[in-house]
Amino acid sequence: MRTRFQQGLDDLRTRLLRMGGLAEQAVDRACQAYFDRDLNRCHLVLEGESQINEAERDIDELAFDLLAMQQPMAVDLRFILAVTKINSDLERVGDQAVNIAERVMDLVELPKADLPVDIPRMAGAVSAMVRRALESFIEGKAELAQAVLEMDNVVDRMRDEAFMTLVKTMNAHPDVTRQAVDALLIARNLERVADHATNIAEDVIFWVRGADVRHNVQQENLGQETRRVTGL
Amino acid sequence: MGVGINVEHLDAWFGKTQSLHDISMMIQANHATAIIGPSGCGKSTFVRCLNRMHETIPEARVSGRVRMGDLDVYNGTAAVQIRRRIGMVFQKPNPFPTMSIYDNVAAGLKLNGFHDRRRLDEIVERSLKVSALWDEVKDNLRKKSGASLSGGQQQRLCIARALAVEPQVLLMDEPCSALDPISTGKIEELIFQLKENFTIVIVTHNMQQASRVAEFTGFFLMGRLVEFDKTEKIFTTPSDKRTEDYITGRFG
Repeated sequence: MRTRFQQGLDDLRTRLLRMGGLAEQAVDRACQAYFDRDLNRCHLVLEGESQINEAERDIDELAFDLLAMQQPMAVDLRFILAVTKINSDLERVGDQAVNIAERVMDLVELPKADLPVDIPRMAGAVSAMVRRALESFIEGKAELAQAVLEMDNVVDRMRDEAFMTLVKTMNAHPDVTRQAVDALLIARNLERVADHATNIAEDVIFWVRGADVRHNVQQENLGQETRRVTGL
Repeated sequence: MGVGINVEHLDAWFGKTQSLHDISMMIQANHATAIIGPSGCGKSTFVRCLNRMHETIPEARVSGRVRMGDLDVYNGTAAVQIRRRIGMVFQKPNPFPTMSIYDNVAAGLKLNGFHDRRRLDEIVERSLKVSALWDEVKDNLRKKSGASLSGGQQQRLCIARALAVEPQVLLMDEPCSALDPISTGKIEELIFQLKENFTIVIVTHNMQQASRVAEFTGFFLMGRLVEFDKTEKIFTTPSDKRTEDYITGRFG
């Protein structure tokens, strides 16, 4: 058993989970800020971004060291590659949370408008995707990740519905156009977060099964059976 | 050109101890095949069975079938003839210490009664060029002994010696384990080039080396072939848990 290498892998896993927690928290805070028109939460999201960026650099550095010094193979190699990609997706999730917070800061300056769009429902679905994608990583279970992939279409439809509804609202009520545009952009940001959760799930499947399911390739070959990754 | 080797249900014993169990493997012509596994797993025994080198050990015997192209290695062919067609390079470079560089390369041919001076010169030069040693030794071919060369040069000299008799297959038993990284790099580069004209089987403990030079890899454990597949498959998504545990350092 390569004890030091295993410790390095454990360290990488722990750091990525911490990073995942930060990104998940940023999205939840940004959404809550939208629901409550809460500037304080917006500032918390903006302040938290540097922490996420720093975590991204640390994880990349550790992954780079392990690749260079330990010459990982097979499941370990797939794990490290998956971590570096998930790391990048989590950093972008953090960026999307910042974008949402900035939209909210713009909205708070405007009169409150009653828009016929269910952002809370969409935010709930997106948060669930991020949470489940991270759970699939923690558990090393491909079927949990597979469930995340299936949720992506639901969020895409929500985004499309929000787009059509908000365009109609802008035509009918030009006085709330700015608020509608902000809501539209937030819907788009949430949909992007869902895309990153999907990427994370795909990377978990790659790590666990060695299967590349990006762009729907091989998804049809994924059965129900999964094997738990051991040794980490 | 190289030829393929078809191994079918090969068992090997040393006395009462069975060291290989029912090995079947198709070694592709003009490709490099790596044999990996922990110490004592039978990988060296396996390659020695391919050219009947194991017969030099008393009480060694085999059953099963090994075919090299259209030649049946164990049925109706003399061991000497087999070894002319299947050359071998060992872990420790073993040039003949009292012979010059030239004579080291020419030794196999002379032993087979080949004495045409001009042809010998040509073959020695060609073998040393193919082994990427010619430029380093051409001015001292007859002045310097094989033992005076560096470890990496000695190993390339041994490869030249093996190639001089024009084999079709080259077996390499941990050819770089005693060499520094630069010499190792040269041998690996050489293996890559030799594949054009020879079939290569390399035993190695260095998994990075196997992944660098070989298109196919076989994993041996306790005398059994656990998995044999394309190298990239073995080192990224092996099918057998035992292979994965070995290459990720979880045992062995």
